[in-house]
Amino acid sequence: MANYSTNEFKAGLKIMQDGEPCAIVENEMVKPGKGQAFNRVRIRKLISGKVVEKTFKSGDSVEGADVIDIDLAYLYNDGEFWHFMNNETFEQIAADEKAVGDAVKWLVEQDVCTLTLWNGNPISVAPPNFVELEITETDPGLKGDTAGTGGKPATLSTGAVVRVPLFVQIGEVIKVDTRSGEYVSRVQK
Amino acid sequence: MQRSNAWQPSATLEVLRERAALLAKVRTFFAARDVLEVDTPVLSHYGVTDVHLQNLRTHLAGDPAPYFLQTSPEYAMKRLLAAGSGSIYQLGKVFRDDEQSPRHNPEFTLLEWYRVDYSAADLMQEIAALLQFTVGAPPTQTVRYQDLFIQQLGVDPLADDAVVALQQALSQQPGLAELVIREKHLDTLLDLAMAMVIEPRLDPEIPTFVTDYPASQAALAQLSQGDPRVAHRFELFYGGIELANGYQELTDATEQQQRFKRDREQRKASGKSDTPEDPRLLAALECGMPDCAGVALGFDRLLMVFLNKRHIGEVLPFAIDRA
Repeated sequence: MANYSTNEFKAGLKIMQDGEPCAIVENEMVKPGKGQAFNRVRIRKLISGKVVEKTFKSGDSVEGADVIDIDLAYLYNDGEFWHFMNNETFEQIAADEKAVGDAVKWLVEQDVCTLTLWNGNPISVAPPNFVELEITETDPGLKGDTAGTGGKPATLSTGAVVRVPLFVQIGEVIKVDTRSGEYVSRVQK
Repeated sequence: MQRSNAWQPSATLEVLRERAALLAKVRTFFAARDVLEVDTPVLSHYGVTDVHLQNLRTHLAGDPAPYFLQTSPEYAMKRLLAAGSGSIYQLGKVFRDDEQSPRHNPEFTLLEWYRVDYSAADLMQEIAALLQFTVGAPPTQTVRYQDLFIQQLGVDPLADDAVVALQQALSQQPGLAELVIREKHLDTLLDLAMAMVIEPRLDPEIPTFVTDYPASQAALAQLSQGDPRVAHRFELFYGGIELANGYQELTDATEQQQRFKRDREQRKASGKSDTPEDPRLLAALECGMPDCAGVALGFDRLLMVFLNKRHIGEVLPFAIDRA
Protein backbone atom coordinates (compact mmCIF):
# COMPACT_ATOMS: atom_id res chain seq x y z
CA MET A 1 0.00 0.00 0.00
CA ALA A 2 1.19 3.48 -0.83
CA ASN A 3 2.44 5.95 1.75
CA TYR A 4 0.78 9.32 2.10
CA SER A 5 2.55 12.55 2.94
CA THR A 6 0.82 14.94 5.36
CA ASN A 7 0.13 17.35 2.50
CA GLU A 8 -2.10 14.67 0.93
CA PHE A 9 -4.14 14.41 4.14
CA LYS A 10 -7.84 15.15 3.77
CA ALA A 11 -11.10 13.97 5.25
CA GLY A 12 -11.88 10.42 4.13
CA LEU A 13 -8.27 9.32 3.47
CA LYS A 14 -7.59 5.84 4.87
CA ILE A 15 -4.34 5.37 6.77
CA MET A 16 -2.81 2.82 9.15
CA GLN A 17 -2.34 3.88 12.78
CA ASP A 18 -1.56 1.64 15.76
CA GLY A 19 -1.89 -1.38 13.47
CA GLU A 20 -5.49 -0.49 12.66
CA PRO A 21 -7.04 0.99 9.52
CA CYS A 22 -8.33 4.50 10.17
CA ALA A 23 -10.19 7.19 8.27
CA ILE A 24 -9.20 10.83 8.56
CA VAL A 25 -12.18 12.81 9.86
CA GLU A 26 -10.59 16.23 10.00
CA ASN A 27 -7.17 17.58 9.07
CA GLU A 28 -5.85 21.00 9.97
CA MET A 29 -2.43 22.46 9.33
CA VAL A 30 -1.05 24.46 12.24
CA LYS A 31 1.98 26.56 11.37
CA PRO A 32 3.87 29.22 13.23
CA GLY A 33 4.91 31.90 10.72
CA LYS A 34 8.60 31.16 11.01
CA GLY A 35 8.47 27.62 12.31
CA GLN A 36 7.79 23.99 11.67
CA ALA A 37 4.27 23.17 10.44
CA PHE A 38 2.18 20.41 11.99
CA ASN A 39 -0.95 18.57 10.98
CA ARG A 40 -3.51 18.15 13.71
CA VAL A 41 -5.67 15.25 12.62
CA ARG A 42 -8.81 13.63 13.99
CA ILE A 43 -9.02 10.02 12.89
CA ARG A 44 -11.67 7.37 13.30
CA LYS A 45 -10.38 3.86 13.92
CA LEU A 46 -12.40 1.74 11.56
CA ILE A 47 -12.47 -1.42 13.67
CA SER A 48 -13.00 -0.05 17.17
CA GLY A 49 -14.89 3.02 15.95
CA LYS A 50 -12.90 5.19 18.35
CA VAL A 51 -12.11 8.77 17.32
CA VAL A 52 -8.69 9.99 18.40
CA GLU A 53 -6.60 13.10 17.83
CA LYS A 54 -3.04 12.89 16.58
CA THR A 55 -0.41 15.38 15.55
CA PHE A 56 2.07 14.86 12.74
CA LYS A 57 5.06 16.90 11.67
CA SER A 58 4.19 18.28 8.23
CA GLY A 59 6.22 16.47 5.60
CA ASP A 60 6.13 13.15 7.46
CA SER A 61 4.44 10.27 5.73
CA VAL A 62 2.24 7.45 6.96
CA GLU A 63 1.25 4.08 5.56
CA GLY A 64 -2.00 4.00 3.63
CA ALA A 65 -4.69 1.44 4.48
CA ASP A 66 -6.20 -0.79 1.81
CA VAL A 67 -9.76 0.03 2.69
CA ILE A 68 -12.72 0.20 0.31
CA ASP A 69 -16.45 0.61 0.69
CA ILE A 70 -18.75 -1.60 -1.40
CA ASP A 71 -22.53 -1.86 -1.64
CA LEU A 72 -23.87 -5.39 -1.12
CA ALA A 73 -27.32 -6.88 -0.59
CA TYR A 74 -27.96 -8.65 2.71
CA LEU A 75 -28.92 -12.31 2.22
CA TYR A 76 -29.15 -14.28 5.47
CA ASN A 77 -27.54 -15.16 8.77
CA ASP A 78 -26.33 -18.72 9.31
CA GLY A 79 -25.99 -18.40 13.06
CA GLU A 80 -22.35 -17.37 12.91
CA PHE A 81 -21.91 -15.20 9.82
CA TRP A 82 -24.02 -12.66 7.99
CA HIS A 83 -23.91 -13.18 4.24
CA PHE A 84 -23.99 -10.42 1.64
CA MET A 85 -24.03 -10.54 -2.15
CA ASN A 86 -22.85 -8.27 -4.92
CA ASN A 87 -25.98 -7.88 -7.08
CA GLU A 88 -23.92 -7.50 -10.26
CA THR A 89 -21.25 -10.21 -9.92
CA PHE A 90 -23.24 -12.42 -7.49
CA GLU A 91 -20.05 -12.75 -5.47
CA GLN A 92 -20.79 -13.38 -1.79
CA ILE A 93 -19.00 -12.12 1.32
CA ALA A 94 -19.53 -13.22 4.93
CA ALA A 95 -19.17 -10.76 7.81
CA ASP A 96 -18.69 -11.80 11.42
CA GLU A 97 -20.45 -10.43 14.50
CA LYS A 98 -17.68 -7.91 15.19
CA ALA A 99 -17.96 -6.41 11.69
CA VAL A 100 -21.77 -6.34 11.72
CA GLY A 101 -21.89 -4.73 15.17
CA ASP A 102 -24.94 -2.55 15.84
CA ALA A 103 -26.06 -2.83 12.23
CA VAL A 104 -27.48 -6.26 13.12
CA LYS A 105 -30.75 -4.74 14.30
CA TRP A 106 -31.36 -3.02 10.95
CA LEU A 107 -30.57 -5.88 8.55
CA VAL A 108 -33.45 -6.61 6.20
CA GLU A 109 -33.10 -9.26 3.50
CA GLN A 110 -32.36 -7.80 0.05
CA ASP A 111 -31.57 -4.36 1.52
CA VAL A 112 -28.34 -2.93 0.13
CA CYS A 113 -25.78 -2.19 2.85
CA THR A 114 -22.35 -0.58 2.67
CA LEU A 115 -19.54 -2.90 3.76
CA THR A 116 -16.07 -1.61 4.54
CA LEU A 117 -13.36 -4.06 3.53
CA TRP A 118 -9.79 -3.99 4.82
CA ASN A 119 -7.42 -6.13 2.77
CA GLY A 120 -10.55 -7.73 1.32
CA ASN A 121 -12.15 -8.60 4.69
CA PRO A 122 -15.27 -6.91 6.04
CA ILE A 123 -14.60 -4.75 9.11
CA SER A 124 -17.85 -2.84 9.30
CA VAL A 125 -21.39 -2.85 7.93
CA ALA A 126 -23.54 0.24 7.48
CA PRO A 127 -27.27 -0.35 6.92
CA PRO A 128 -29.31 1.80 4.52
CA ASN A 129 -30.41 5.14 6.00
CA PHE A 130 -34.01 3.96 6.05
CA VAL A 131 -35.35 0.45 6.62
CA GLU A 132 -38.87 -0.97 6.79
CA LEU A 133 -39.59 -3.43 9.59
CA GLU A 134 -42.63 -5.11 11.10
CA ILE A 135 -43.70 -4.49 14.68
CA THR A 136 -43.77 -7.74 16.65
CA GLU A 137 -44.57 -6.34 20.06
CA THR A 138 -46.02 -3.14 21.50
CA ASP A 139 -48.67 -2.11 24.00
CA PRO A 140 -52.09 -1.54 22.46
CA GLY A 141 -52.30 2.23 22.24
CA LEU A 142 -55.27 4.53 22.02
CA LYS A 143 -56.80 4.24 18.57
CA GLY A 144 -57.95 7.85 18.60
CA ASP A 145 -54.47 9.28 19.18
CA THR A 146 -53.19 10.52 15.83
CA ALA A 147 -51.15 13.46 17.06
CA GLY A 148 -48.30 11.11 17.92
CA THR A 149 -47.64 12.75 21.26
CA GLY A 150 -45.83 10.80 23.88
CA GLY A 151 -45.35 7.53 22.05
CA LYS A 152 -44.52 4.05 23.30
CA PRO A 153 -41.75 1.51 22.76
CA ALA A 154 -42.21 -1.07 20.00
CA THR A 155 -40.09 -4.14 19.29
CA LEU A 156 -39.39 -4.85 15.62
CA SER A 157 -38.86 -8.17 13.86
CA THR A 158 -35.07 -7.80 14.11
CA GLY A 159 -35.21 -7.15 17.85
CA ALA A 160 -34.65 -3.39 17.53
CA VAL A 161 -36.72 -1.24 19.89
CA VAL A 162 -37.94 2.18 18.71
CA ARG A 163 -40.41 4.72 20.04
CA VAL A 164 -43.57 4.85 17.94
CA PRO A 165 -46.78 6.91 18.16
CA LEU A 166 -49.56 5.41 20.27
CA PHE A 167 -51.77 4.55 17.27
CA VAL A 168 -49.24 2.15 15.70
CA GLN A 169 -50.10 -1.50 16.29
CA ILE A 170 -48.53 -4.98 16.24
CA GLY A 171 -48.23 -6.37 12.72
CA GLU A 172 -47.85 -3.00 11.08
CA VAL A 173 -44.70 -2.20 9.04
CA ILE A 174 -42.91 1.05 9.87
CA LYS A 175 -40.11 3.07 8.30
CA VAL A 176 -37.14 3.83 10.62
CA ASP A 177 -34.15 6.15 10.21
CA THR A 178 -31.20 3.87 11.10
CA ARG A 179 -28.85 6.81 11.79
CA SER A 180 -30.98 8.13 14.66
CA GLY A 181 -32.97 4.96 15.39
CA GLU A 182 -36.18 7.03 15.11
CA TYR A 183 -39.60 6.18 13.75
CA VAL A 184 -40.40 7.98 10.47
CA SER A 185 -43.82 6.73 9.32
CA ARG A 186 -46.14 3.80 8.83
CA VAL A 187 -45.76 1.91 5.59
CA GLN A 188 -48.92 1.02 3.64
CA LYS A 189 -48.75 -2.60 2.58
CA MET B 1 -18.53 24.27 -1.54
CA GLN B 2 -20.56 23.50 -4.61
CA ARG B 3 -19.03 23.93 -8.02
CA SER B 4 -21.98 25.97 -9.21
CA ASN B 5 -21.24 28.61 -6.56
CA ALA B 6 -17.51 28.79 -7.22
CA TRP B 7 -17.76 32.01 -9.22
CA GLN B 8 -19.07 33.88 -6.19
CA PRO B 9 -16.84 35.77 -3.75
CA SER B 10 -15.80 33.90 -0.60
CA ALA B 11 -16.25 37.07 1.49
CA THR B 12 -19.49 39.02 1.66
CA LEU B 13 -19.57 42.42 0.00
CA GLU B 14 -20.03 43.94 3.44
CA VAL B 15 -16.75 42.38 4.57
CA LEU B 16 -15.03 43.61 1.41
CA ARG B 17 -16.13 47.16 2.25
CA GLU B 18 -14.62 46.69 5.73
CA ARG B 19 -11.46 45.39 4.05
CA ALA B 20 -11.18 48.50 1.90
CA ALA B 21 -11.75 50.73 4.94
CA LEU B 22 -9.03 48.90 6.89
CA LEU B 23 -6.55 49.25 4.01
CA ALA B 24 -7.32 52.98 3.93
CA LYS B 25 -6.85 53.29 7.70
CA VAL B 26 -3.44 51.59 7.55
CA ARG B 27 -2.34 54.04 4.85
CA THR B 28 -3.66 56.99 6.86
CA PHE B 29 -1.71 55.77 9.90
CA PHE B 30 1.60 55.67 8.05
CA ALA B 31 1.00 58.86 6.08
CA ALA B 32 0.53 60.72 9.38
CA ARG B 33 3.86 59.31 10.58
CA ASP B 34 5.71 60.15 7.39
CA VAL B 35 6.56 56.54 6.54
CA LEU B 36 7.00 56.05 2.80
CA GLU B 37 4.82 53.50 1.00
CA VAL B 38 6.73 51.25 -1.40
CA ASP B 39 5.71 48.41 -3.67
CA THR B 40 8.61 46.07 -4.37
CA PRO B 41 8.36 43.25 -6.94
CA VAL B 42 6.37 40.12 -6.27
CA LEU B 43 8.45 38.29 -8.89
CA SER B 44 12.15 38.06 -8.06
CA HIS B 45 15.37 36.41 -9.19
CA TYR B 46 15.88 34.97 -5.69
CA GLY B 47 13.81 33.21 -3.10
CA VAL B 48 14.24 32.64 0.62
CA THR B 49 16.40 30.06 2.37
CA ASP B 50 14.12 29.89 5.46
CA VAL B 51 13.76 26.23 6.37
CA HIS B 52 10.02 26.50 6.96
CA LEU B 53 9.02 28.68 4.00
CA GLN B 54 8.41 27.40 0.49
CA ASN B 55 8.68 29.74 -2.48
CA LEU B 56 6.47 29.24 -5.49
CA ARG B 57 8.67 29.15 -8.59
CA THR B 58 7.93 30.13 -12.13
CA HIS B 59 9.73 30.83 -15.42
CA LEU B 60 9.80 33.64 -17.94
CA ALA B 61 9.69 32.76 -21.64
CA GLY B 62 13.17 32.29 -23.11
CA ASP B 63 14.90 32.44 -19.71
CA PRO B 64 16.03 29.12 -18.17
CA ALA B 65 16.60 30.63 -14.73
CA PRO B 66 13.75 30.21 -12.22
CA TYR B 67 11.92 33.19 -10.80
CA PHE B 68 10.40 33.23 -7.35
CA LEU B 69 7.14 34.64 -6.04
CA GLN B 70 8.02 36.47 -2.83
CA THR B 71 7.16 34.95 0.54
CA SER B 72 7.64 38.44 2.01
CA PRO B 73 9.02 41.73 0.67
CA GLU B 74 11.77 41.68 3.31
CA TYR B 75 14.87 41.42 1.12
CA ALA B 76 13.76 44.05 -1.39
CA MET B 77 12.74 46.43 1.38
CA LYS B 78 16.10 45.98 3.09
CA ARG B 79 17.81 46.88 -0.18
CA LEU B 80 15.78 50.09 -0.25
CA LEU B 81 16.82 50.79 3.36
CA ALA B 82 20.48 50.29 2.40
CA ALA B 83 19.93 52.67 -0.51
CA GLY B 84 18.83 55.35 1.97
CA SER B 85 15.05 55.22 1.70
CA GLY B 86 14.44 55.93 5.38
CA SER B 87 11.45 54.31 7.09
CA ILE B 88 9.20 52.44 4.65
CA TYR B 89 6.06 50.31 4.63
CA GLN B 90 4.39 48.02 2.17
CA LEU B 91 0.93 46.49 1.80
CA GLY B 92 1.33 43.74 -0.72
CA LYS B 93 0.62 40.23 -1.87
CA VAL B 94 2.96 37.43 -0.86
CA PHE B 95 2.91 33.74 -1.70
CA ARG B 96 3.73 30.67 0.35
CA ASP B 97 3.48 27.19 -1.05
CA ASP B 98 2.17 24.34 1.08
CA GLU B 99 0.20 26.60 3.41
CA GLN B 100 -3.54 26.04 3.53
CA SER B 101 -5.70 26.05 6.63
CA PRO B 102 -8.48 28.15 8.14
CA ARG B 103 -5.72 30.70 8.86
CA HIS B 104 -3.58 30.25 5.75
CA ASN B 105 -4.19 31.06 2.11
CA PRO B 106 -1.24 30.46 -0.26
CA GLU B 107 -1.61 34.07 -1.48
CA PHE B 108 -2.19 36.68 1.20
CA THR B 109 -1.67 40.34 2.03
CA LEU B 110 1.22 41.28 4.26
CA LEU B 111 1.72 44.64 5.94
CA GLU B 112 5.45 44.97 6.42
CA TRP B 113 7.31 47.99 7.69
CA TYR B 114 10.79 49.10 8.75
CA ARG B 115 11.63 51.92 11.11
CA VAL B 116 15.11 53.39 10.93
CA ASP B 117 16.76 53.92 14.34
CA TYR B 118 13.92 52.16 16.15
CA SER B 119 14.54 49.46 18.72
CA ALA B 120 12.29 46.40 18.84
CA ALA B 121 10.62 47.99 21.89
CA ASP B 122 9.95 51.25 19.98
CA LEU B 123 8.44 49.27 17.15
CA MET B 124 6.18 47.28 19.49
CA GLN B 125 4.82 50.60 20.79
CA GLU B 126 4.07 51.67 17.25
CA ILE B 127 2.32 48.37 16.52
CA ALA B 128 0.16 48.88 19.62
CA ALA B 129 -0.74 52.34 18.29
CA LEU B 130 -1.58 50.88 14.86
CA LEU B 131 -3.85 48.24 16.43
CA GLN B 132 -5.58 50.88 18.51
CA PHE B 133 -6.05 53.22 15.51
CA THR B 134 -7.14 50.63 12.95
CA VAL B 135 -9.23 48.11 14.89
CA GLY B 136 -9.70 49.77 18.30
CA ALA B 137 -7.62 47.15 20.11
CA PRO B 138 -7.04 47.49 23.87
CA PRO B 139 -3.52 48.14 25.27
CA THR B 140 -1.01 45.36 24.61
CA GLN B 141 0.86 43.20 27.11
CA THR B 142 4.37 41.80 26.80
CA VAL B 143 5.82 38.52 28.04
CA ARG B 144 9.24 37.02 27.46
CA TYR B 145 9.36 33.70 25.60
CA GLN B 146 11.29 32.06 28.40
CA ASP B 147 8.88 33.26 31.11
CA LEU B 148 5.88 32.15 29.05
CA PHE B 149 7.24 28.61 28.71
CA ILE B 150 8.04 28.41 32.43
CA GLN B 151 4.53 29.70 33.34
CA GLN B 152 2.61 27.49 30.93
CA LEU B 153 4.66 24.30 30.74
CA GLY B 154 7.09 24.50 33.64
CA VAL B 155 9.92 24.18 31.15
CA ASP B 156 12.85 26.56 30.69
CA PRO B 157 13.36 26.65 26.91
CA LEU B 158 16.91 27.97 27.30
CA ALA B 159 18.11 25.30 29.75
CA ASP B 160 20.53 22.58 28.65
CA ASP B 161 17.97 19.84 29.31
CA ALA B 162 15.18 21.62 27.40
CA VAL B 163 14.72 18.79 24.88
CA VAL B 164 14.04 16.16 27.54
CA ALA B 165 11.93 18.52 29.66
CA LEU B 166 9.81 19.48 26.63
CA GLN B 167 9.36 15.84 25.64
CA GLN B 168 8.11 15.09 29.13
CA ALA B 169 5.77 18.08 29.35
CA LEU B 170 4.36 17.69 25.84
CA SER B 171 3.76 13.95 26.10
CA GLN B 172 1.09 14.79 28.72
CA GLN B 173 -0.86 16.71 26.07
CA PRO B 174 -3.59 14.91 24.11
CA GLY B 175 -2.42 13.58 20.75
CA LEU B 176 1.21 14.67 21.10
CA ALA B 177 2.90 11.79 22.93
CA GLU B 178 3.78 9.67 19.88
CA LEU B 179 5.26 12.61 18.01
CA VAL B 180 7.39 14.04 20.83
CA ILE B 181 8.86 10.72 21.90
CA ARG B 182 10.55 10.43 18.49
CA GLU B 183 11.41 14.12 18.19
CA LYS B 184 14.87 15.17 19.36
CA HIS B 185 15.12 18.52 17.60
CA LEU B 186 14.78 21.41 20.05
CA ASP B 187 13.31 23.91 17.60
CA THR B 188 10.64 21.47 16.44
CA LEU B 189 9.63 20.83 20.05
CA LEU B 190 9.57 24.56 20.77
CA ASP B 191 7.40 25.20 17.69
CA LEU B 192 5.09 22.37 18.69
CA ALA B 193 4.74 23.65 22.26
CA MET B 194 4.10 27.18 21.08
CA ALA B 195 1.61 26.35 18.32
CA MET B 196 -0.35 23.55 19.97
CA VAL B 197 -0.24 24.30 23.68
CA ILE B 198 0.83 27.82 24.58
CA GLU B 199 -0.67 29.94 21.79
CA PRO B 200 -4.23 28.61 22.34
CA ARG B 201 -3.93 29.57 26.03
CA LEU B 202 -3.07 33.24 25.43
CA ASP B 203 -5.88 35.65 26.27
CA PRO B 204 -7.59 36.41 22.93
CA GLU B 205 -8.91 39.75 24.23
CA ILE B 206 -5.47 41.27 24.88
CA PRO B 207 -2.91 41.73 22.10
CA THR B 208 0.17 39.97 23.48
CA PHE B 209 3.78 40.43 22.44
CA VAL B 210 6.04 37.47 23.07
CA THR B 211 9.64 38.69 23.08
CA ASP B 212 13.23 37.44 23.25
CA TYR B 213 12.92 34.28 21.16
CA PRO B 214 15.71 31.71 21.45
CA ALA B 215 18.69 32.48 19.20
CA SER B 216 18.06 29.32 17.16
CA GLN B 217 14.72 30.84 16.12
CA ALA B 218 16.18 34.20 15.21
CA ALA B 219 16.25 34.10 11.37
CA LEU B 220 17.04 37.74 10.53
CA ALA B 221 17.11 39.18 14.05
CA GLN B 222 20.02 40.56 16.03
CA LEU B 223 21.12 38.56 19.03
CA SER B 224 20.72 40.18 22.42
CA GLN B 225 23.90 41.81 23.74
CA GLY B 226 23.01 41.01 27.34
CA ASP B 227 22.00 37.38 26.77
CA PRO B 228 23.22 35.86 23.48
CA ARG B 229 20.98 32.83 24.06
CA VAL B 230 18.08 34.99 22.86
CA ALA B 231 17.42 37.26 19.90
CA HIS B 232 15.61 40.57 19.47
CA ARG B 233 12.67 38.87 17.88
CA PHE B 234 9.05 39.26 18.91
CA GLU B 235 5.71 37.90 17.85
CA LEU B 236 2.25 39.36 18.33
CA PHE B 237 -0.78 37.22 19.17
CA TYR B 238 -4.29 38.64 19.22
CA GLY B 239 -7.74 37.11 18.96
CA GLY B 240 -6.23 33.64 19.20
CA ILE B 241 -4.16 34.21 16.07
CA GLU B 242 -0.47 34.79 15.39
CA LEU B 243 -0.63 38.23 13.85
CA ALA B 244 2.90 39.59 13.42
CA ASN B 245 6.58 38.76 13.61
CA GLY B 246 9.25 41.42 14.15
CA TYR B 247 12.97 41.85 14.58
CA GLN B 248 15.64 44.21 15.60
CA GLU B 249 17.12 43.66 12.17
CA LEU B 250 20.41 41.95 11.58
CA THR B 251 22.67 44.37 9.68
CA ASP B 252 25.86 42.28 9.61
CA ALA B 253 26.42 40.80 6.12
CA THR B 254 28.86 38.12 7.31
CA GLU B 255 26.50 36.89 10.01
CA GLN B 256 23.63 36.95 7.49
CA GLN B 257 25.63 34.85 5.05
CA GLN B 258 26.38 32.30 7.77
CA ARG B 259 22.69 32.02 8.64
CA PHE B 260 21.83 31.54 4.95
CA LYS B 261 24.40 28.77 4.78
CA ARG B 262 23.05 27.09 7.93
CA ASP B 263 19.49 27.33 6.54
CA ARG B 264 20.50 25.70 3.28
CA GLU B 265 22.26 22.86 5.09
CA GLN B 266 19.14 22.29 7.17
CA ARG B 267 16.94 22.36 4.07
CA LYS B 268 19.18 19.79 2.47
CA ALA B 269 19.08 17.57 5.57
CA SER B 270 15.29 17.60 5.61
CA GLY B 271 15.00 16.88 1.89
CA LYS B 272 13.71 20.31 0.84
CA SER B 273 14.55 22.09 -2.39
CA ASP B 274 17.72 24.18 -2.29
CA THR B 275 17.36 27.91 -2.81
CA PRO B 276 20.39 30.00 -3.62
CA GLU B 277 21.05 32.83 -1.18
CA ASP B 278 20.17 36.28 -2.47
CA PRO B 279 23.52 37.99 -3.34
CA ARG B 280 21.76 41.34 -3.80
CA LEU B 281 20.60 41.38 -0.18
CA LEU B 282 24.10 40.42 0.99
CA ALA B 283 25.66 43.16 -1.16
CA ALA B 284 23.21 45.70 0.27
CA LEU B 285 24.09 44.66 3.83
CA GLU B 286 27.80 44.92 3.00
CA CYS B 287 27.22 48.41 1.67
CA GLY B 288 25.51 49.20 4.98
CA MET B 289 21.94 48.99 6.15
CA PRO B 290 20.93 51.48 8.84
CA ASP B 291 20.00 50.19 12.30
CA CYS B 292 16.30 49.48 12.20
CA ALA B 293 13.46 47.37 13.46
CA GLY B 294 10.98 45.73 11.14
CA VAL B 295 7.76 43.75 11.37
CA ALA B 296 5.49 41.75 9.10
CA LEU B 297 1.81 41.70 10.02
CA GLY B 298 -0.81 39.50 8.35
CA PHE B 299 -3.34 42.00 7.03
CA ASP B 300 -6.04 39.40 6.32
CA ARG B 301 -5.65 38.03 9.83
CA LEU B 302 -5.99 41.51 11.32
CA LEU B 303 -9.29 41.80 9.46
CA MET B 304 -10.31 38.33 10.72
CA VAL B 305 -9.71 39.39 14.31
CA PHE B 306 -11.48 42.73 13.77
CA LEU B 307 -14.58 41.10 12.27
CA ASN B 308 -14.37 37.95 14.41
CA LYS B 309 -14.13 35.61 11.40
CA ARG B 310 -12.79 32.10 11.84
CA HIS B 311 -11.74 31.35 8.27
CA ILE B 312 -9.37 33.47 6.19
CA GLY B 313 -11.61 32.84 3.14
CA GLU B 314 -14.29 34.92 4.84
CA VAL B 315 -12.16 38.06 4.49
CA LEU B 316 -10.73 37.45 0.98
CA PRO B 317 -12.56 38.34 -2.25
CA PHE B 318 -11.70 34.87 -3.54
CA ALA B 319 -9.92 32.26 -1.41
CA ILE B 320 -7.63 29.82 -3.21
CA ASP B 321 -10.41 27.30 -3.92
CA ARG B 322 -12.26 29.99 -5.88
CA ALA B 323 -9.28 31.87 -7.30
